[in-house]
Amino acid sequence: MDKRIDRAGFRRMSRRELLKMTPLLALGAFALPAWRGALLAAGDRFNGWAESLWYRTNHQVPTFPDSALVPLSRFPYNYFDVLDPEIDLDRWCLKVGGLVRNPGEYTLAQIQALPRVRQNTRHVCVEGWDVIGNFGGARIADFLRLIGADPAARFIYVECADNYYESIDMACAMQPNSLLCYEMYGRPLLPGHGAPLRLLLPTKIGYKSAKYLTSLEVTNVLRRRGYWEDQGYPWYYSL
Amino acid sequence: MNGDAGLRPEVVQIESDSGRVERAAYEHPLVIRWCHWILGVSILVLIFSGWQIFWAFPSFGPKIPQHDFIHLPQALMLGGWLAGGLQWHFTFIWIFMITGAAYLAYQLASGRYRMLLFTPADLPGVWPMVRHYFLFGPKPPIAQPYNALQKLAYTMAIGLGILAVLTGMALYNPVQFSLLAALMGGFHWARVWHFAVMAAFVMFIAGHVLMVALHGWKNFVSMLTGWKRGYDSADPQIE
Repeated sequence: MDKRIDRAGFRRMSRRELLKMTPLLALGAFALPAWRGALLAAGDRFNGWAESLWYRTNHQVPTFPDSALVPLSRFPYNYFDVLDPEIDLDRWCLKVGGLVRNPGEYTLAQIQALPRVRQNTRHVCVEGWDVIGNFGGARIADFLRLIGADPAARFIYVECADNYYESIDMACAMQPNSLLCYEMYGRPLLPGHGAPLRLLLPTKIGYKSAKYLTSLEVTNVLRRRGYWEDQGYPWYYSL
Repeated sequence: MNGDAGLRPEVVQIESDSGRVERAAYEHPLVIRWCHWILGVSILVLIFSGWQIFWAFPSFGPKIPQHDFIHLPQALMLGGWLAGGLQWHFTFIWIFMITGAAYLAYQLASGRYRMLLFTPADLPGVWPMVRHYFLFGPKPPIAQPYNALQKLAYTMAIGLGILAVLTGMALYNPVQFSLLAALMGGFHWARVWHFAVMAAFVMFIAGHVLMVALHGWKNFVSMLTGWKRGYDSADPQIE
């Protein structure tokens, strides 16, 4: 038969059960302006770390037939400062430093002498749109061998002619579809797309594919993480 | 309860001074109550931050030319700007997934899922309940803690939770989970499905809150203390 209990006893029992719910108030920490930023930043770091666990450097990215390409004239571009930083293409070179055996300045011709990769891959913008384009360039992995980069180093850090800056992890740099991209649709990069050289990272969110590269550093320490990342956007953000 | 004694909630008889006896049932174990509220808060955070993220590109078409699909007021968005929305979304998805996994594990291990899981045998019971709830029809006799319509709604909500995670994974990491993304028709469609799952979730939440509001305070209290007063073993309905 059912247990019998008086009203006061039932109230006590209910109150006890209600008290067991109080730990849930910890979620309210997210409502405190003083704590919110730190909690969300920690959540973002955890998310990036978790994501890095299932990132596979050797996983082939999806590629598409030419019929899936968006025409170059309708290939969107975002810029944060200037659309054309007016680089003197004749004098342009990429300054290389950090944990490398052969630091110095590299010309576009040296980069173009590396095996050329052409691929139809998807570029995904953090805003939510995506676009399939044709990109040509040298594998970052090949370039890292050319400059004698320390393969145990953790990051590649780049700076750009428009004062943008960005960094990626070594696993992404070694991914075979990660390019130092100098052409689109078989033609040299247009100013709006980052001429003369940009990163093209089909395994990372769009803003990590920095344009107008001027320097590249192999490093274990990041003083800055990236233009958008330093304002709150995720750093790891693989696709 | 179909002779399944293991699923019968603990019942007590509350004696008042006047000698009148009221029954109360322990409907919701602590694990379920915890999961319910954590999942409830998480899903709201995910929906409102999701609208912030969608607002960056409120379209399902190409970027050029862009045709906006919907206009969202800032009051419905969580995060302030895209980066903030992403931080909320990527933090609470982990709270949602971990709690959801704990909830499913508990339902399976305790056998309670048998009260809740919609099966083909419940099919004939759906229409009479719809008639009762929405068309002023007579209340069908109910011998189970959850009626057929509730089973359908809660089973669908669990399915929606799983689909939300799967479509989100395909949307977030379309390269690493390229097979999953392909299964959904590609990145573009994954974004459509993710939105559709959100819309279905919003409808479920609206219906759920409406039913609780209509059916009273006792059900709300029982999701806090576990105990519902006014239990009738001839009508053992849980809301």
